[in-house]
Amino acid sequence: MPFSVNDPFLFWLSGIVIAAVLAESVFFLVKATRRARELNLPKGTVRKTILSSGLFSLAPAVSILIGVLTLNRFLGLPFPWLRLSILGAVTYELPAATIAANAVGAGVTETITDPQTFAVIAWTMTLGIIAGIVVILFGLKKLQRGMNTISGKDEKWRGILMDALFLGMISAFLGLLFANVRDGVPGFIPIVVALVSALLMGVCGLLIRVLKWTWLEQYALPLCMLGAMALSIPITALMA
Amino acid sequence: MDKQLSPYEEKQYAYGRVWTALLLLMMLAVPLAICVYYNAWPPLTAVLKALLGVAPMYWLVGIIEVLTYVPMLGTGGTYLGFVTGNLTNLKVPCALNAMQAAKVKAGTEEGEVISTIAIASSSIVTVLVIAIGVFGLRLLEPVLESPVLKPAFDNILPSLFGALGVVFVSKNPKIAAAPMLFMVVLFLLVPSLSGSVSVLVPVGALIAIGAARLLYRKGLIGTEKEKKNA
Repeated sequence: MPFSVNDPFLFWLSGIVIAAVLAESVFFLVKATRRARELNLPKGTVRKTILSSGLFSLAPAVSILIGVLTLNRFLGLPFPWLRLSILGAVTYELPAATIAANAVGAGVTETITDPQTFAVIAWTMTLGIIAGIVVILFGLKKLQRGMNTISGKDEKWRGILMDALFLGMISAFLGLLFANVRDGVPGFIPIVVALVSALLMGVCGLLIRVLKWTWLEQYALPLCMLGAMALSIPITALMA
Repeated sequence: MDKQLSPYEEKQYAYGRVWTALLLLMMLAVPLAICVYYNAWPPLTAVLKALLGVAPMYWLVGIIEVLTYVPMLGTGGTYLGFVTGNLTNLKVPCALNAMQAAKVKAGTEEGEVISTIAIASSSIVTVLVIAIGVFGLRLLEPVLESPVLKPAFDNILPSLFGALGVVFVSKNPKIAAAPMLFMVVLFLLVPSLSGSVSVLVPVGALIAIGAARLLYRKGLIGTEKEKKNA
């Protein structure tokens, strides 16, 4: 069969797996929404969670799409479409594809024309990221039991432990903002953008508290994120 | 186990295992189908050589991500989040934001339900946006590759973690101080670590947990007075 990175067969193959991922998402959404009703969580809370999560996901989804475009140059569209719609992230797929291509002597600047080379890259990108999902499949229940034992019976400590986990993750990303400060003024752009985003969140907090705009609680984060992204354009123009 | 699972939680495990096994098999079937359809069977050594450059690092990251994110996402959220991917940059912040806004705690059944709804909604939107983008690429390419919009897409993480950070740090400044200071100093000293931020997340978490334990034992956090001040 003649090979092309944009062969309709590859589109079908990717489309089927992505449809299954979509079906799983809808399945869990329906189950969780029903459970929310049983737990007497307000309907409005569920609706706002769905809407704000969707809104929140728009900008990162577009950024993932840019990752698909980058990989498109040498892997075509269907395979990067699959890889970036499921398991993994742009931060994994780009280096994994590059490492795999280099290992078989292929470049990342030209479209792959050899099906064997493409197969090596496909196997590597697939097998290289499955550790997490395999652990989840076979050990999630045991893992959660173990974690419950470690966190103990002290409910107050459990809450603090959870907050500490969140803060650990947030700290790593806040620290990351400082990685390029040695580059001079342009290196401070991420810090300024983060500060602007924090400031916008502060304004939202004030609006919620003072003007009682409680509806804003669910949408504050996506709105601040989009606002800071928009403001990063003039900030970059000024500082770069 | 010190916590009795509800029938809902038990079912989440059952559904999660079935979906995860199915999706895992489908994911593995893709490269296999490529080999069969094009009759292109690469030498095993070539695959192993390529995998050797990827697997040690990313398998470790995958296992670390499981240990770090499972307590935050709950059962349904974990099964779904790990299959749909983009955890650090999308699903975890999305779930955190949803639980925070709905005023429910991670680790409770309400938290689990809200986290699952957030991750599922996020996955659906992400999959649809990417699909629309792939099939409408000719129309969207000039916009996506526009130099005017480039700074906006380059600054997604600062925009996200600036807003998310101020919410969580202002609530727990005492716990946040140590991991934040450590990370800022680390990235100032070793900027090249910016490519390994996923590995540093559990490091930050361990420092935060250590600091929190110390503060809790000394009665500096978790007290009624401290709660009122927060």
